[in-house]
Amino acid sequence: MAFDQDAVRRTAHLARIALPQEEVPAVAGQLEKIMALVEELRAIPTEGVIPMAHPLDLEQALRPDLVANQDARQRLMANAPAAEHGLFLVPKVIE
Amino acid sequence: MDLHHFSLRQLREGLHNKNFSARELTETLLQRIHTLNPQLNAFITVAEATALASAAEADARLAKGESGPLLGLPMAHKDIFCTADLPTTCASKMLENFVAPYSATVVERLAAAGMVMLGKLNMDEFAMGSSNETSYFGPVHNPWNVDMVPGGSSGGSAAAVAAGLVPVATGTDTGGSIRQPAALCGITGIKPTYGRVSRFGMIAFASSLDQGGPMARSAEDCALLLDAMAAHDPRDSTSHPAAASDFLRGLDRPLQGLRVGVPEEFFGEGLDPEVAAAVQAGIDQLAKLGASVQSIRLPNNPHAVSTYYVLAPAEASSNLSRFDGVRYTHRSHAVENLDDLYRKSRYEGFGAEVRRRILVGAYVLSAGYYDAYYLKAQQVRSLIREDFRRAFAEVDVIVGPTTPGPAFGLGAKNADPVSMYLADIYTIAVNLAGIPALSMPCGFTRSGLPIGMQLMGDYFADDLLLNVAHRYQQETDWHLARPNLQTGEA
Amino acid sequence: MDWEVVIGLEVHAQLNTATKIFCGCSTAFGAEPNSHTCPVCLAMPGALPVLNAAAVDKAIALGLAIGAQLNRKSIFARKNYFYPDLPKGYQISQYELPVVGRGQLTVQMGDGIEKVIGVTRAHLEEDAGKSLHEAFVGQSGIDLNRAGTPLLEIVSEPDMRSSAEAVAYLKKLHALVRYLEICDGNMQEGSFRCDANVSLRRPGAPFGTRAEIKNLNSFRFLEKAIEYEILRQKDILESGGSIVQETRLYDANRDETRSMRSKEEANDYRYFPDPDLLPLVLDEARIEKVRQGLPELPDAKRERFMQQYQLSAYDAGVLTAGRDLADYYEVVADGVEGKLAANWVMGDLLGALNKAGVEIQDCPVPAEKLRLLVQRIEDKTISGKIAKDIFEEIFHQGGEVDAIIDSRGLRQITDVAAIAAMVDAIIAANPQQVAGFRAGKDKLLGFFVGQVMKASQGKANPDQVNALLLERLQKAD
Repeated sequence: MAFDQDAVRRTAHLARIALPQEEVPAVAGQLEKIMALVEELRAIPTEGVIPMAHPLDLEQALRPDLVANQDARQRLMANAPAAEHGLFLVPKVIE
Repeated sequence: MDLHHFSLRQLREGLHNKNFSARELTETLLQRIHTLNPQLNAFITVAEATALASAAEADARLAKGESGPLLGLPMAHKDIFCTADLPTTCASKMLENFVAPYSATVVERLAAAGMVMLGKLNMDEFAMGSSNETSYFGPVHNPWNVDMVPGGSSGGSAAAVAAGLVPVATGTDTGGSIRQPAALCGITGIKPTYGRVSRFGMIAFASSLDQGGPMARSAEDCALLLDAMAAHDPRDSTSHPAAASDFLRGLDRPLQGLRVGVPEEFFGEGLDPEVAAAVQAGIDQLAKLGASVQSIRLPNNPHAVSTYYVLAPAEASSNLSRFDGVRYTHRSHAVENLDDLYRKSRYEGFGAEVRRRILVGAYVLSAGYYDAYYLKAQQVRSLIREDFRRAFAEVDVIVGPTTPGPAFGLGAKNADPVSMYLADIYTIAVNLAGIPALSMPCGFTRSGLPIGMQLMGDYFADDLLLNVAHRYQQETDWHLARPNLQTGEA
Repeated sequence: MDWEVVIGLEVHAQLNTATKIFCGCSTAFGAEPNSHTCPVCLAMPGALPVLNAAAVDKAIALGLAIGAQLNRKSIFARKNYFYPDLPKGYQISQYELPVVGRGQLTVQMGDGIEKVIGVTRAHLEEDAGKSLHEAFVGQSGIDLNRAGTPLLEIVSEPDMRSSAEAVAYLKKLHALVRYLEICDGNMQEGSFRCDANVSLRRPGAPFGTRAEIKNLNSFRFLEKAIEYEILRQKDILESGGSIVQETRLYDANRDETRSMRSKEEANDYRYFPDPDLLPLVLDEARIEKVRQGLPELPDAKRERFMQQYQLSAYDAGVLTAGRDLADYYEVVADGVEGKLAANWVMGDLLGALNKAGVEIQDCPVPAEKLRLLVQRIEDKTISGKIAKDIFEEIFHQGGEVDAIIDSRGLRQITDVAAIAAMVDAIIAANPQQVAGFRAGKDKLLGFFVGQVMKASQGKANPDQVNALLLERLQKAD
């Protein structure tokens, strides 16, 4: 399989990264190498092997339904690059 | 008094005997940081004011007769742990100006134990790297040879501890990020069993692999720090209910009858002969201490790197989506619409290696490739865990090299990301399985670079690894060697 | 040849927990923007989700109520996409293994026919925040108070064949979540939202290509959007075109659906199991505890109403359609005749509520008061006609039943002598009609009854009036 320039552009769009066109060939080359590294996985026989999502064989713990947080808006929004009237601002969302 | 070479135990004795106060200790180390950090670049933030305030508080508590094991002792955090009211950057432009409104559980716990935090340590950006060269704040230099890398991603932690800027530091380990820099800087570090140390407030790289742990100049100091770090945390669903333990109690147990397994796969092609010889000598030392040594197989270990480079980027690509320019991160100035806001902020905010891993991760999860890569890698992950299960039915500890070679030159592996990835060839399988592993110094190359030996244990055998390392360090003095740094002092 | 319409619904029910699904922030509606947020629901670095037990129990309740298979192990997955109201850049949802598996819902159609609609699955997920566009020029404001509110997405099989069936299913599901008290069902505020998958096919043919219609926040909109969509698709298919699989938005103002192409562009959600959360395991004790706490469900209640109150299937169906109405009815019917109580609740009460645009839970006449009013009919204190007047008055102005009866002298006249005097007076005053009745014009009885009631200002007991009139009129002089 080839990580060609098209695949780089497609994936960069999925990941919302504005990769400049002039970087695409170099990145494609590096990603191609990484994919070549992982390519060997395909040859490993894994029929019937249960995929392992997590190291712990534990169950999800549940939290009691009790309000635990006070209003901390000011503190929580202190890092916001743009905010007004308690709202985070972004360029207009087109529905 | 070379306070900067003291162990935690020695420092504690000094405080209790009133040889020095926490404030004097803090000032001494802050001074050393000011002197040496320009050469090493180990710290991103030096928290002078807050450090002095906590030292004063610790002195007050000591004066009242309090005697917590870590009270008044200095440390520093890898800059991946969120600290309320101090910058937390993850060594990224993305978080250059981020001040978390909360502290990581680990930060809270060590503060509650009375430790004095001197600052935040440099690292590879978002913990992605094995040389500490991907940091937005510049590379960290190895104290043993400042032209060499310290390893990564916890390179700042390893360099700071090795250089005596702090006695202990926190690190995180996703594929070797505690053990590899510990080996390259000649210190001791343990990646605990997954679930021991809370991940709350620890910025996620790959959630199912990440684990915080201590880095120090001895196994005993690691045990002291881990004692305070490890605890069940209801804020982290992946925290283990039995996370807490007494890591000090068994430190001195004799190694008589210990069954040591040496995996053939760890001594194959690509291993530096000097490293192989030093590790072999270390294994011989364990035998002298009463251990029985046998050869074992971990047949799927050679697949660990490829498995890791599917799973870790996949989780990372999703974990790093929250850095989007909307709520607290870098936001591009050249934004005309919403799409720009995302794409440009993320291009500008992330460095090249982070972007690469995000792309690999998004790719292996995308439609048509999920089964071939992601699901397949999860299956191989099962096989790798099975290898360890089988091995730990036969042996108590698995021993091998931590890294294929000693510290390499700055810039040496930057051209080819894959050559860098292979620096973690011996450490990655441990994270995939979730078992504990420790690296400790076991010798030096002829050129004077430290060599690390890795001990791997079964789930929750962290205390056994610390015990073996401690006994080893009682009989050897590799861990006592100190780099020769130009301090300009007499 | 005709087209068969195939409809499946996806319903998002906001679970009425006190806190969000993965953090301890309040879910209360209408707070100051971003005042119900924390590092977890703002997706700050290092913040981690912990699952709310109440959300799990409410999902179990729904599963039990629709006879569904409850998956003993279910998995949370990440659905990855970028949107400003989605702080993490992914939504935590359930993908391959949902908490609730296959179940079903039986709906009663107006013509007395029952239809079973399959429920494919129901899964837990988190709601997104809100983007506000009005207040800013060229910018949108993001309020994340709603981000992380628990949702149960309930997905039906494509089992509905008309807009009427779709509406009946949605109403049944709506009633069910309210019965279970797992969702407030407020469609205006978006607590209960519906998307419809609509396609057409020739009967017996494989399913056609479907369009997904979003933004259906009322039963009426669901019906109208489906009707519009049927016509749109029919037009395309009959002119030789083909349907594009896409998401469409229903615009209530124009009564049409239109394509949301902007959202369409090659969505690749890259689902994978969320490594921050472990498998959700349901043990028998937890399920049993929820089962013990389940209220009587609509179908069981309908059966019981038919038995206990001797109601028709139709009456019982209307009265049990909502839990509040059913509860109201049972208070009224406690101590009066069931059918009479049903007539009052379904007729006068629902009529008045409907006219006033008031929901049963906000009814100005408490059930105990209506019961007393019906009792006063049964014990012959007042006539049904007077009762209607009193009801109107109480509904609009309030007041107590007995006080109104007494203060206005509305008490029914049951004194035989008094009624007899009125009857005699009317007979005497209308000799012509008396003659007509006696000549065989039976229908004139109604005239006499009316006259007597009028003379008594409606207070004479109608049964007694009837009896006395017959007695006197049939007595040949």
